[in-house]
Amino acid sequence: MIRFFLNQVGLYVLFLKKVFSKPEKASVYYKQTMHEFVSLGLTSIGIISIVSFFMGAVITLQTAYNTENPIYPKYLIGLGCRDSIILEFSSTVAALILAGKMGSNIASEIGTMRVTEQIDALEIMGINSASYLVLPKIIATLLFNPVLTMLSICVGIFGGWIAGTLSGVITSENFIYGIQYAFIPYYITYSLIKTVFFAFIITSVSSFQGYYVSGGSLEVGRSSTKAVVYSSVLILLFNVILTQLLLTS
Amino acid sequence: MISVKNLNKSFHDKNVLTDITVEFETGKTNLIIGRSGSGKTVLLKSIVGLHNIDSGEIWYEDTLFNKLEFAEKKKIRSEIGMLFQGSALFDSLTVEQNVQFPLDMFTDKSPEEKTERVNFCLNRVNIVNANNFYPAEISGGMKKRVAIARAIALNPKYLFCDEPNSGLDPVTAILIDDLIKELTEEYSMTTIVNTHDMNSVMEIGEKIVFISEGRKCWEGSKNDILNSDCKPLNDFVFANSLAKKIKAAG
Repeated sequence: MIRFFLNQVGLYVLFLKKVFSKPEKASVYYKQTMHEFVSLGLTSIGIISIVSFFMGAVITLQTAYNTENPIYPKYLIGLGCRDSIILEFSSTVAALILAGKMGSNIASEIGTMRVTEQIDALEIMGINSASYLVLPKIIATLLFNPVLTMLSICVGIFGGWIAGTLSGVITSENFIYGIQYAFIPYYITYSLIKTVFFAFIITSVSSFQGYYVSGGSLEVGRSSTKAVVYSSVLILLFNVILTQLLLTS
Repeated sequence: MISVKNLNKSFHDKNVLTDITVEFETGKTNLIIGRSGSGKTVLLKSIVGLHNIDSGEIWYEDTLFNKLEFAEKKKIRSEIGMLFQGSALFDSLTVEQNVQFPLDMFTDKSPEEKTERVNFCLNRVNIVNANNFYPAEISGGMKKRVAIARAIALNPKYLFCDEPNSGLDPVTAILIDDLIKELTEEYSMTTIVNTHDMNSVMEIGEKIVFISEGRKCWEGSKNDILNSDCKPLNDFVFANSLAKKIKAAG
């Protein structure tokens, strides 16, 4: 068990070494990166927006339900919604959702390329297949996932505002005052730093799972599942580590 | 010329290839034949460097290929074209983009020059009006031909074909065989074809190597193959009832 774990870690490190070697032709990699922006980034806007909107709404309603005591000012509902979304939801929970969406997509794409000998075809041409297939994905997600996080924050707070005002648990003025009250800009930085780490975990771990598939469609399916599970576990682990490092002095 | 000397390859302590020594001649269609699981594909993939060998030597002309680093291998690999058993076309690219891919990666040609070369290669394999189709939208025979077009895009010195006829009807299989032979002669390539199709052997085989249970059992030409006294080869060649009847008829 320990031997297998160390073996996998070693293989992962060697894989990353291959991924981060000098690209064969920058123009081709640039084109590939633009393609990944669309296939991994832009196609995630929908799911992130929908989930963020409803999570923002639920957070607002739950905060309102738990702060019914008149000694709590109503604007705390807005503040609670804002901080929950910025600190945890839009970085960590959204990353877990993206691990499911992007992770399975990446692992199955690369895994299928492996079992159908497309990766062998790249190697035969003298192309560093790990770098060609994975580096553009990593660059695209490192750059685009922070955009998704910012979008998630905006949509989540908007969802909270809509739910709060339509259900009558808070007035629009109170909610807007709450989301401005005692705002700490560093929370955004913290959220974005976590997002970048999580983006790297999702892309590299999922690519690793797909790249070393052997067998057929069954194994590709398994690698896809493993990609999501391992990425999710690592996201949760690094969430604790990064929170300890970034939020405690 | 490609020379293999005393090649050994195993997977998890199981010997798959044992002491293979063979030369593949330039300008000829060299065939590796044998039953399924005999080690043909492992041999082919070892020769192109997709598998690391346990011991032995693989020479491309005067270069000891298996001792080269990845960066050094790249130069030789740029002279290699390979046709895979399943074609291995890139799913996300169109027919045209597939053939253009090696040109994008390894040449500084202008877009017009690349398009001209792509169309030339596609015409050469008789693919017309299919430039914008994706691999999923074309037939198995067309996929093979597109894969050949991609393999010859950079004018390779060496062409490797792994089971080029698998999954094709007899007529299309003969077309693919003829195409491989024509291209070999046209570009004076060293071509190595893995097959267990006896039609291919008799149609295009100039030098034939028979592998059985990971060992080279026999080598010769298609004229010698019917008169060999190698039992595993005879079992392979005369496996079907038609071949047995022909043999019985003398």
